[in-house]
Amino acid sequence: MTGSLPAGVERRSFDGRTRLATRGPPVYGEPTDGEWRCWDARRSKLGAMLEADLDTGLTGDDRVLYLGAASGTTVSHVADFAGPTYAVEFAPRPMRDLCGVAEARGNLFPILADARKPSAYAHIVERDLDVIVQDVATRGQAAVAVDNAVFLREGGRLLLAIKARSEDVTAKPSAVFDRVCDELSPTYEILATERLDPLHDDHLAVVARKR
Amino acid sequence: MSEHASDGGWFADLPAEAELAARAAAIRTPRADGDAPADWPAIAVETGFAADRDDYYATLREATLEAARRGVAEREGADDQQLLHAVRAMDDTTRTANELAERAGEWAGTLGLDGGTGVDAVRTLADREADSPLETRVISLAARIDDLVHEADELRAFIDRLAPEVAPNLSEMAGPVLTARLISLAGGLEPLAKKPSGTVQVLGAEDALFAHLAGRGSSPKHGIIYTHPFVSGTRPADRGSASRALAGKLSIAARIDHYSGDLRPEIHAELDDRMATIRARAESANGAGDPATGNTTAADSGGDQ
Repeated sequence: MTGSLPAGVERRSFDGRTRLATRGPPVYGEPTDGEWRCWDARRSKLGAMLEADLDTGLTGDDRVLYLGAASGTTVSHVADFAGPTYAVEFAPRPMRDLCGVAEARGNLFPILADARKPSAYAHIVERDLDVIVQDVATRGQAAVAVDNAVFLREGGRLLLAIKARSEDVTAKPSAVFDRVCDELSPTYEILATERLDPLHDDHLAVVARKR
Repeated sequence: MSEHASDGGWFADLPAEAELAARAAAIRTPRADGDAPADWPAIAVETGFAADRDDYYATLREATLEAARRGVAEREGADDQQLLHAVRAMDDTTRTANELAERAGEWAGTLGLDGGTGVDAVRTLADREADSPLETRVISLAARIDDLVHEADELRAFIDRLAPEVAPNLSEMAGPVLTARLISLAGGLEPLAKKPSGTVQVLGAEDALFAHLAGRGSSPKHGIIYTHPFVSGTRPADRGSASRALAGKLSIAARIDHYSGDLRPEIHAELDDRMATIRARAESANGAGDPATGNTTAADSGGDQ
């Protein structure tokens, strides 16, 4: 479980604490240090994964499909260190903020579409991508990951934050996680999992490789 | 499986010098035959759409940004005020159609035309041939009423489509029409989001509420939310609890819809869970009080005396 940080992400000191940071224009009022801006692991599941030393397989310069980009908090950091980054988000209100984030970045492509229907953006998103980052709050999170695997190269990584409460609020989170992982396994080989508590309650981080 | 260059991708039918608007439109329209993802940057360079990969990405960025902005503007233009007008128009057309249908039925009866009142009788009346100038008037009136009924149906279909865009969580929880009514009673989505759930609970039962505040009668248990099956389908003894639980979640849903706009499945599951608990009381009370029938007709105002 010793992951090295991708190029372009560093641990730097903000207000006396060592935190993750990337280089780019600030987005959500995060602390900055010169051109470095702090990546808040409490607000970002991918940030929490890196903070937890998970081996994400990110190298920097990866080509990324980001599902569930929301207002762009996390995807802005991804675009800071990665290559071409396709950001899919379905809700119009957060997409408005995301457009502002994309405005300031040359490699971020916002797509207003439903991640459950990849055919709606297959004419835009290229195939053989290196990484899919998924953080969608819908039922059927495994199905979303499986359906979007067409964009991933063989051996490409899936970085998934499973939100137990989106699948079933009444079931025990651990049961939900097992079920989602089972659904993933025909398509993905699961490399590592890690609970993101206490930064994100009832979330499981999954690192998987496309079979 | 379009492997061939010039055979797919958002830029397939675009000339290299296409306007930004045309590019954004191409981004927003998935091709009918359904592209499989391909190495679009390479194809774009091959077909001469872009000079190199960087050039392609720059074009793509510009086009996706414009497409996303247009998509947002279109979906956000579906605003709460339009929904408010639509539901009020629907209610007005329905009410007026009913009123006129009574009038037309009454009139037609004096001429010995088909008896019966109501919108169904009006429809058969409208299809008749007129034999006299007098009948022409009655039948013409019936035809107008039929149009009004049709308009009300169209408005309802429009609300079914618009409400989930304006307020996805409220629509999921309350259905499109009740969502529109709540927004209409509150005067908009923002005022609704700012109301405490106790107010949401009695929206539409103002008469009963003010009578209660003036010292007459008990406080209303539910307003317009009475039309929701969670309330009307629960036995009377538990309707207070049911409408309190529903109103609580509805006001949370309204806040998410107004301030965030994304669909949160968990609040719906929480409500289902809570309703199951409330309804379990009726079962455990075995025989004490009739269980609600669940098909109570939707009252226009659920003002509880």
